[in-house]
Amino acid sequence: MNEKKKLSSGNEAIVHAAIYAGCKFYAGYPITPQNEIPALMSRHLGSIGGVFIQAESELAAINMVFGASAAGARAMTTSSSPGISLKQEGISYIAGAELPAVIVNMVRGGPGLGNIAPSQSDYFQATKGGGHGDYRLIVLSPASVQETFDLTVKAFDLADKYRNPVMILGDGLLAQMIEQFILPKQNRKITNQKKTWALTGAKNRSPNIIRTLFLKEGALEEHNLMLQNKYRLIEKNEISFEQYLTKDADILLVAYGTMARIVKGAVDSLRSQGIKAGLFRPISLWPFPSQALKAAANDKQKLLVVEMSYGQMLEDVKLSVAGNVSVEFLGRAGGGVPREEAIIEKVKTL
Amino acid sequence: MKKIFSFPKSLKKVPNHYCPGCGHGIVHRLITEVIDELNIREKIIAVAPVGCAVIAYDYWDFDCSEAAHGRALAVATGIKRVQPEKIVFTYQGDGDLAAIGIAETLYAANRGENLTTIFINNAVYGMTGGQMAPTTVLKQKTTTTPLGRGSNNEGPPLKVSEILAGLDGVCFVERNAVCSPAQVLKTKKAIKKAFENQLEGKGFSLVEVLSMCPTCWGKSSEEAVKWVEEEMVKSFPLGRIKG
Ligand SMILES: Cc1ncc(C[n+]2csc(CCOP(=O)(O)OP(=O)(O)O)c2C)c(N)n1
Ligand code: SF4
Repeated sequence: MNEKKKLSSGNEAIVHAAIYAGCKFYAGYPITPQNEIPALMSRHLGSIGGVFIQAESELAAINMVFGASAAGARAMTTSSSPGISLKQEGISYIAGAELPAVIVNMVRGGPGLGNIAPSQSDYFQATKGGGHGDYRLIVLSPASVQETFDLTVKAFDLADKYRNPVMILGDGLLAQMIEQFILPKQNRKITNQKKTWALTGAKNRSPNIIRTLFLKEGALEEHNLMLQNKYRLIEKNEISFEQYLTKDADILLVAYGTMARIVKGAVDSLRSQGIKAGLFRPISLWPFPSQALKAAANDKQKLLVVEMSYGQMLEDVKLSVAGNVSVEFLGRAGGGVPREEAIIEKVKTL
Repeated sequence: MKKIFSFPKSLKKVPNHYCPGCGHGIVHRLITEVIDELNIREKIIAVAPVGCAVIAYDYWDFDCSEAAHGRALAVATGIKRVQPEKIVFTYQGDGDLAAIGIAETLYAANRGENLTTIFINNAVYGMTGGQMAPTTVLKQKTTTTPLGRGSNNEGPPLKVSEILAGLDGVCFVERNAVCSPAQVLKTKKAIKKAFENQLEGKGFSLVEVLSMCPTCWGKSSEEAVKWVEEEMVKSFPLGRIKG
């Protein structure tokens, strides 16, 4: 089969990517705005020898993923904000046990039940750990359907490479918007190395144990230091971002995900009005592209962070530029999306 | 000379951490004897609970995963579904299986997952120091029921085995005890049946074992055995419930 152009939503792109990447296990629990994902997974996974389970809760779903991954399968779960909160228990255990897993959060408005409008208010939860303990997820933030596909495939590879959970942080807009994307040739060679640590039965080897409990004195500290070393390696290797018209810009806007799409529009309009604006878009939210942002911000008059939240990524931006440039903020949440006109107006007042 | 008794191959020759008179060690051994007899050690994937038996893998010589408190059957479901030819079992206490994990338990059973569950009922939360468990019997004193469990405050003990036996996906449920040599032998037989069922693809099997926790019951080992025989069985009658 040759590559195919497809018209699809962000949710559908996740499913195409998972199957393309060799996902063999999915468990999830219904929640808007990601319901198309389990529906499509239930239809397609069986035909490629995979397993779909509609779990009794998000807790059960993430723990099923824990088991499937421990047994060596590429495994995924998807949800939206309230469901992701429930999954935090399992995510902490998956990180602690060093199991690969892909978790998708199509973020909706919060706190609490909130609403089903797009939002970016789970940034802290996604990038700072989320559950208990000192751990990190790799967090990738797509801004288009094509990128949703690409980053989800990459998420499976990174999860195996680092034996670490990877989160795709989208939002309700990305989940539902329909765009064209390119589905590459099938028959992809899955490049993951042999999972010698997986539970497959102790035949001709000593038993494998998947654990997060370390009671012996010093053992948990040692385990944590090993995790920290892994996180430093990820920070070294896996930073990604996009720069749009940043070189000669006076004002640097910083936004991620679908918000960055709107900001890009604002940058174009500002440029047409003679205002030199540019966009810095982090793609990996953890590891955060701090050095690159610092370099990009170096000669700018001002930074403007735009989010569908009341200032979460803002904190990482401020830490990155460390007081060298003044950082302004524009944000709305709970269903409010900063509009292009509002962004343009804000830039003009800077 | 014919050897009629020896140390199980699947059991590591290490001292265990359980209190004197604890039932966990006995059941650990029974499981390994059964696994040896069925010659399935190389196919076994165990899931350990959060509870006193969390480090069961320090004693068992086969593949094992921990699971978060109560989630053993969700983890086991994930394992078994991607490796259906392996023999997967969970080992869980009453708090783990019947309180925090009741949803995972009920749904794995109802899906008829082809799994084996060994359910240790010691009527308390052992690991956290003897609080009330779902299976604490009426009037039993624990650190969180200092006046004894009350039927209209905490509610009566939860009879999980009877509940699970009512589900179509469940093929075998039996309640046993490890309070006497005769009961220990019956327990072993039930455990063997529960593994054989999985080998034959029959669905979900559960063996409940009434087990002593002298430490949290504030009893000597002898008193603890007697309490199982005389008191605990009144709330939890022994015998085959289904299958
Ligand atoms: C989410 C969570 N809540 C609470 C605990 C604390 N905890 C550890 S073991 C346990 C109860 C264990 O009791 P049981 O399942 O009856 O096993 P036993 O120790 O009696 O064998 C509890 C509440 C925990 N580890 N995780
Ligand atoms: S506290 Fe109870 S269940 Fe735990 S090891 Fe001691 S006797 Fe056994």
